[in-house]
Amino acid sequence: MTTTTPIPSRIRDTLDAIHEDGRSALLPFVTAGYPTMETCEATILAMVEAGADGFEIGIPFSDPIADGPTVQHTSQVALANGTSLTDCIALVARLREAGVTVPIMLMGYVNPVIKYGIERYVADCARAGVDGFIVPDLPIEESDRMLEPCREHGRDLIFMVAPTSTDQRLDLVGEHGSGFVYCVSVKGVTGARDSIAEGLGDYLDRIRQHTDLPLIVGFGISTPEHARQVGQHADGVIVASAMINYMNTLPETDQPAGAAAFVRYIRGEAELPSE
Amino acid sequence: MARMMESETFVNYALPDEHGNFGRFGGTFAPETLMPAIGELVTAYEEAKADAAFQAEIDRLAASYVGRPTPLYEATRFAAEVSGGNGPRVFLKREDLAHTGAHKINNALGQALLAKRMGKQRIIAETGAGQHGVATATACALLGLDCIVYMGEVDVHRQSLNVFRMRLLGAEVIPVTSGSKTLKDAINEAIRDWVTNVDETYYIFGTVAGMHPYPMMVRDFQSVIGREARQQVLDITGALPSAITACVGGGSNAMGLFHAFIPDTDVEIIGVEAGGHGLDTGQHAATLVAGEEGVLHGSWSYILEDENGQILETHSISAGLDYPGVGPELSYLKSTGRADFVSVTDEEALEGFKLLCRTEGIIPALESSHAIYHAAQMAKRMSPNETLLVNLSGRGDKDMHTVAEALGVSL
Repeated sequence: MTTTTPIPSRIRDTLDAIHEDGRSALLPFVTAGYPTMETCEATILAMVEAGADGFEIGIPFSDPIADGPTVQHTSQVALANGTSLTDCIALVARLREAGVTVPIMLMGYVNPVIKYGIERYVADCARAGVDGFIVPDLPIEESDRMLEPCREHGRDLIFMVAPTSTDQRLDLVGEHGSGFVYCVSVKGVTGARDSIAEGLGDYLDRIRQHTDLPLIVGFGISTPEHARQVGQHADGVIVASAMINYMNTLPETDQPAGAAAFVRYIRGEAELPSE
Repeated sequence: MARMMESETFVNYALPDEHGNFGRFGGTFAPETLMPAIGELVTAYEEAKADAAFQAEIDRLAASYVGRPTPLYEATRFAAEVSGGNGPRVFLKREDLAHTGAHKINNALGQALLAKRMGKQRIIAETGAGQHGVATATACALLGLDCIVYMGEVDVHRQSLNVFRMRLLGAEVIPVTSGSKTLKDAINEAIRDWVTNVDETYYIFGTVAGMHPYPMMVRDFQSVIGREARQQVLDITGALPSAITACVGGGSNAMGLFHAFIPDTDVEIIGVEAGGHGLDTGQHAATLVAGEEGVLHGSWSYILEDENGQILETHSISAGLDYPGVGPELSYLKSTGRADFVSVTDEEALEGFKLLCRTEGIIPALESSHAIYHAAQMAKRMSPNETLLVNLSGRGDKDMHTVAEALGVSL
């Protein structure tokens, strides 16, 4: 068991408080600029209203190697809309101005961040109100260049772990990561799935032995039953493709309300309205 | 070469370091799911490399199956034509005569043997022009491995002959419809497959780019080209060449030729990239000449990107050079000044193509034609006591449709 350095973290504090309440956190994923920046922003605000506990906001990238078809498509549409990294940071600033106080994490592949400048990225994001960063193609081995500015600005660098991660690697994540541990539920890319991977409980219990950070599970969480099962072993879930797939069935004007309904659905508070 | 570091840097050249870094280039920018598998691959490769039996098996198949050593051929009529009989001796390293018609088999066979040694039955690969896909399908047929090749939908259409060859060889070819539907997207999809089926799958990556250990491993399997050529030139001329050149897409034939010559700091090294319709049009694939530093497919290297760090779509008449990234070791050689890089347009490459056909009776691949064209330009400026070595990385049979179309001929 590795103890993490206690740096102040809105993400950590929020997740700890939710845990104290005996709840499981729900962190929806949205791609910034999808289907348009306006609808994206309205969708996030509607989900805040519906009780989402925080957000993972994706920065669109041309070559998202860890994403399945659903998120790839959102990336392509957002890029076609001209969404830049600067636009993503500005979105977070507007959400904060609108009074959103829940944790916001930016998820972005490393190359646009390098192009923007890693230190400048962390500094500008910190100023806009971003609490933490997820960089799917920046494993522990390459993370020094990002960890230092994160420490300087008091932001969390959230590492992913996978079912393939060795005990040694889990220790490293416990040692260097902060905010929470992003537990990838399966071997594979993002995307809606019919069932929870076999052995997920054992896997999460194994991670727990290496860190006292909150555990948040993503990739394939698609139903209230999945979220409930995961909640027995982890501190919360990230929901992405299943929600995006649902929203894609709706006209754009109905998508913010649809996203809010999906949040209540995953929580087990309501049925999903059918067309 | 004003930028070149002290010669000592190169005399005992032993990069990459244990993290896969060539100076500031290289590394492992990969999703966590793959990191343990990459670690296993590094270990398995180091063990195989140290195993005399593994090396002996490679050597045996190189000789009896691939046809190595490939000849070093002196292109006297070509040399006379381009320099008016007053230029350097020009030698072609005939990788076009290797089995499957290009240097790609050197790497595909080496990695397939490694996969077999690791007990992985399921092989995946990406391909652009189809040459690496064909080489991988060939190695898999030889060794009885299952083979799945990802190929951009655009490339599936423009390289239909190679798709047919791969299927004859028993491979499953999966058209990739994401992104720009070309090589970079085929690599993305192969990486996604690897992430999903990591336990039973071996990914035979086709070039010296990508995450560690691929840039090192692919270079090692291709470096036979330079080792042979260096000895062959010495045997024929009694001296090292003045300059060596090769085309650069991802850079596997180039690193294959260049590696053995890195310590020979008197030998000038020139890489030739695809200038497409011209650098000023933005439609090219000249990553080292016109790109910036960044990360694509797992390594820090030069890449072609827009002002937001999005990867650009590239253009080249030769599908094998049509890639917005390049190997980190070539980036290192550029940054240290040990190698220089130039670009040659589609039109110039076609000129090189026709020139070699006419003067030597050799139909080069369009990729190699870029190096041939630049060699002709270099030869004009070189003297009779100098020697120029060119890697003829592949043969041009696969390019007949493209060349005919470019020349306005309907077949």
